[in-house]
Amino acid sequence: MRRYSAFAVAGEALGWHQGWERAWGSPEPRSEYDVVVIGGGGHGLATAYYLAKNHGVTNVAVLEKGWLGGGNTGRNTTIIRSNYLQEPSAAIYELARGLYEDLSQQLNFNVMFSPRGVMMLCQTEHELRAMRRTAHANRLAGIETEMVSPEQVKKICPIIEISGPRYPVLGGLWQPRGGTARHDAVAWGYARAASDLGVHIIQNCEVTGVDVEGGHVTGLRTTRGAIRTRKVAAVVAGHSGVIADMAGFRLPIESVALQALVSEPIKPCMDIVVMANTVHGYMSQSDKGEMVIGGGADGFNNYNQRGSFQHIEETVRALKETFPMISRLKMLRQWSGIVDMTGDRSPILSKTPVEGFFVNCGWGTGGFKAIPGSGWAMAGLVANGEDPVAGPFSLERFREGRMIDESVAAAVAH
Amino acid sequence: MLLLTCPHCGVSGEETEFAPGGEAHITRFGPGSSDDEFTGYLFGRKNPKGVHFERWRHAYGCGKWFHAARSTVTLEVYGTYLATERPPQPILDRIAKRGAK
Repeated sequence: MRRYSAFAVAGEALGWHQGWERAWGSPEPRSEYDVVVIGGGGHGLATAYYLAKNHGVTNVAVLEKGWLGGGNTGRNTTIIRSNYLQEPSAAIYELARGLYEDLSQQLNFNVMFSPRGVMMLCQTEHELRAMRRTAHANRLAGIETEMVSPEQVKKICPIIEISGPRYPVLGGLWQPRGGTARHDAVAWGYARAASDLGVHIIQNCEVTGVDVEGGHVTGLRTTRGAIRTRKVAAVVAGHSGVIADMAGFRLPIESVALQALVSEPIKPCMDIVVMANTVHGYMSQSDKGEMVIGGGADGFNNYNQRGSFQHIEETVRALKETFPMISRLKMLRQWSGIVDMTGDRSPILSKTPVEGFFVNCGWGTGGFKAIPGSGWAMAGLVANGEDPVAGPFSLERFREGRMIDESVAAAVAH
Repeated sequence: MLLLTCPHCGVSGEETEFAPGGEAHITRFGPGSSDDEFTGYLFGRKNPKGVHFERWRHAYGCGKWFHAARSTVTLEVYGTYLATERPPQPILDRIAKRGAK
């Protein structure tokens, strides 16, 4: 793989940029792999990359039914933060946030990580107390967050209306090293780096069946032929239930549609990410100038990537009170992604009742921020059969009642 | 946008008038059941990509629970029925006629 650098760009300029090679290979699938990763989103590609990089497992295929990063990886609002309450969550999200810091250098691909700071507003007394608790928990976990006063909130982000009327800002949980990254580039960067290490990335290849013999996975049937393997990592977000059904077990997961929308581009007005959890909305400004707005999820099971109109209405109505200046913005487009919700709002990285079949799912409304950590932990789990970071997120926790309850701390519109 | 008809009061409304309640016809396992059965009852879900039998409550109407058969792909509602019933044959026929899975 040719390294991307200023010299490479300058050199290519002499040849009218006609000499760039493809960023990743497009090989024909082999009949057998050591590990097959189902799902070519950020999590799947990161899993494949760390399998090759950290564990030396390079006979790996990533199967993607559409195109890379075409699912939730390309549909999220690109927020990166790690201010979670529970210890296992803090460990995996902070691992991910830390890896994001120098991901562009590691992958030699500019993922445009922008640690611009994430502010979670406290707009009720209860939320203020809950966030204070989170700030203390974060300090114990070694995560850099702090509580700030309403005046500081106004100073950091002047377009916020802090005096209400319905939901005055009472404070904020401020994570200065949180921020955003370009979501497509995260998928592409991992794909390019994984491909360079020998991983096969196979697009337009949908898994149609899972072969299980004697309780052990032996292969997959796909739209591009059968593939034999003794290890499968299913990393398919909203479609986890469909894949689990093929393998013959059930997951504690329900798939729902989560929506987001962007406005027309405007001049720079906001250089941080703000999450207003009481009113169910969060907002940041993209490099193009669009206001990127995330909203609420539908309450009912849904596999079609459209959401209900009233959720957009609720989100925009709520945000307008906190950000009065957006009242006349035109919204350009709206979309939704199918997210896989667990009961405790924490992910599942786990072995399953089928030997050799692993799942990484349940990231629900907040998977993008976790991509590097998720891939790191999942690679450990698949390669070694256990991983210290992935351990607490096993399926067994539902049976044993060891919930990792983030339904409050994750806090976004659930 | 979903349009549902409450089988209790006969009123049709769009989804904001109703509250979703998740998968229907789940067998309740209580004392004396195995851990697997109880875990399955509490957490295991079909979560199908296709026909879903599910619970709804007419939250801003009569307040009563009922069941609906709906496609999670096309969002077509095949019909609603009382929470005490198994899916009625006319609804199953409609699903079969539509060739839904």
